[in-house]
Amino acid sequence: MMTKARRVYSIPYVLWLLLFVIAPVLLIVYQSFIGMDGSYTLDNYKTYFASSTYLRMTFNSVLYAFLITLIVLVISYPAAYILNKTKHKQLWLMLIILPTWVNLLLKAYAFIGIFSMHGSVNHFLEFIGIGPKQLLFTDFSFIFVAAYIEIPFMIMPIFNALEEMNPSFISASVDLGANAWQTFWQVIFPLSLNGVKSGVQAVFIPSLSLFMLTRLIGGNRVITLGTAIEEHFMVTQNWGMGSTIGVVLIIAMLAIMLVTGEKKKKRRRAN
Amino acid sequence: MAQNIITFHNVRKEYDDQVVLKDVSFEIEQGKFYTLLGPSGCGKTTILRLIAGFIEANQGDIRLEGKKVNDIPANKRKVNTVFQDYALFPHLNVFDNVAFGLRIKKLPKKQIEQKVKDVLRMVQLSGFEEREISEMSGGQRQRVAIARALANEPEVLLLDEPLSALDLKLRKDMQYELRELQQRLGITFIFVTHDQEEALAMSDEIFILNKGEIVQSGTPVDIYDEPINRFVADFIGESNIVKGKMVDDYLVEFVGKKFECVDGGMGKNESVEVVLRPEDIQITSPEKGKMHVTVDTQLFRGVHYEIVCLDEEGNEWVVHSTRKATEGAHVGLFFEPEDIHVMRFGESEEEFDARLESYEEEQEG
Ligand SMILES: Nc1ncnc2c1ncn2[C@@H]1O[C@H](COP(=O)(O)OP(=O)(O)OP(=O)(O)O)[C@@H](O)[C@H]1O
Ligand SMILES: [Mg+2]
Repeated sequence: MMTKARRVYSIPYVLWLLLFVIAPVLLIVYQSFIGMDGSYTLDNYKTYFASSTYLRMTFNSVLYAFLITLIVLVISYPAAYILNKTKHKQLWLMLIILPTWVNLLLKAYAFIGIFSMHGSVNHFLEFIGIGPKQLLFTDFSFIFVAAYIEIPFMIMPIFNALEEMNPSFISASVDLGANAWQTFWQVIFPLSLNGVKSGVQAVFIPSLSLFMLTRLIGGNRVITLGTAIEEHFMVTQNWGMGSTIGVVLIIAMLAIMLVTGEKKKKRRRAN
Repeated sequence: MAQNIITFHNVRKEYDDQVVLKDVSFEIEQGKFYTLLGPSGCGKTTILRLIAGFIEANQGDIRLEGKKVNDIPANKRKVNTVFQDYALFPHLNVFDNVAFGLRIKKLPKKQIEQKVKDVLRMVQLSGFEEREISEMSGGQRQRVAIARALANEPEVLLLDEPLSALDLKLRKDMQYELRELQQRLGITFIFVTHDQEEALAMSDEIFILNKGEIVQSGTPVDIYDEPINRFVADFIGESNIVKGKMVDDYLVEFVGKKFECVDGGMGKNESVEVVLRPEDIQITSPEKGKMHVTVDTQLFRGVHYEIVCLDEEGNEWVVHSTRKATEGAHVGLFFEPEDIHVMRFGESEEEFDARLESYEEEQEG
């Protein structure tokens, strides 16, 4: 009875998966084997692996995504930790989540205003005597804005992991002689690791394929895989090559999910 | 006399204006088994948390081995806790859980291994070192929690209802094991429970708490035989409690009759409450009985029958008897003078002790 009911309930979900996840991925994989002339070929992959431009681009994407994730993590963990200790924590969390409701494009334009030559940051730099600087279209501004946008997605899972933690674990640690520092590194942090992993997934994977920000904030100086895919589909109309890069991106994402996914604990048995 | 390892002097604890502990004072001697017994929410865990140092008192004085606790942070106290929910670290296996405190102390690796092995053997978990906590049963987890605390060689072990999650059989076994362990190691145990049978079976001394106050303290036998008031009498074992009047020393009147008793030191014709334990009452023929009742209902409880009788005034009398009674039968109830226990209204523990002493001397002299 139960299993039957469950099967019925899962129909919409399975349909959704088939239509919007499995089918597009298969299409991309299929497309990546089609050349410019419409024939089946491995040329796209040959081009990709032979081209230092593509490989550098891939490396850059991973590097930027890594940097963004790292910065976001370093900011978000303490933020989530402090947040969890405040009195009205749900309210503060709400304030942090709120900006995610604002459209990405709007935020990007807002930052163009803030970072531009006549923007508020440069006004401030002028005021304190440093003088205006080129901020927009730099690696710095790209990473800064990307990190800003991703922070809530890291704070949320870490906050949840910390909030769900049984407070008696902390008492137990102190009871056994640990000071605050030892308690943090030996109990609190390991127990919040699942939240960190979810956060890393939620930040790293979208960061790999950011393309709008690379244009608007990075001024095309930063070209990631996302930018390249957009370029191939929208501009050069080389769908085959675009799909090939897409496949590479999907593989990179899968790799990250494997690394950060919940591992089955090694079963080390007594005797 | 053994040394006082913990003293509470007029300790008061409040949470947002709610008084959780009202001027609690007590002394804990080295090497004894103490039990804090009381209904839910009476402040038992709060007392343990004060001793362990997780919270601070609002007023009063807590001393560990004569030193004021404010000067000793929680992680430096020679006190370890077995938590109500065990609080075993889920990311560590059994060995690492037990070794946690020893690693914090930075003991050499060899010594840690030896120590963990020893305490695990002590709680009969040898060979379970590599198990994950999630792979242990409730009873095993509880033993891991005890082993983890004992590994640090505390002077005082605090146990917060460690047996409440176990089934009856395992619970009984663990009661024996814990008591045996305590006697073998000579560590002071402070054990929290709201199960009166458990408290009676295990303790050297029991503190009975109600609404943030210690109502009575003493050995299990003292408390069982001489409950200070209705609350204690009710909480410790089943009791028949009726209103009465102290006609004279050693003579009490209840249900319209006068009975000889062994209590004294009260005012003439003072209103009192009278306790008779169900197991102290015997059912006999109406002629031999001191009181006449009708058997109302009876339940078979395994070891005994629980027989409920009604007297002429409609008071209920619960009797525990190994012999069956007949429902509806008129029978007599018999009890000895020393089975009657008289309680005064609103008597404090000090007054109670003083009175007991004075008239006991009188009896002897
Ligand atoms: N952190 C807290 N904030 C506010 N009130 C608290 C807090 N901790 C405990 N209390 C209150 O203090 C009282 C005593 O709590 P305590 O945990 O000592 O009870 P207990 O005797 O251990 O009960 P139980 O048998 O249910 O474990 C309760 O009324 C509880 O609501
Ligand atoms: Mg409690």
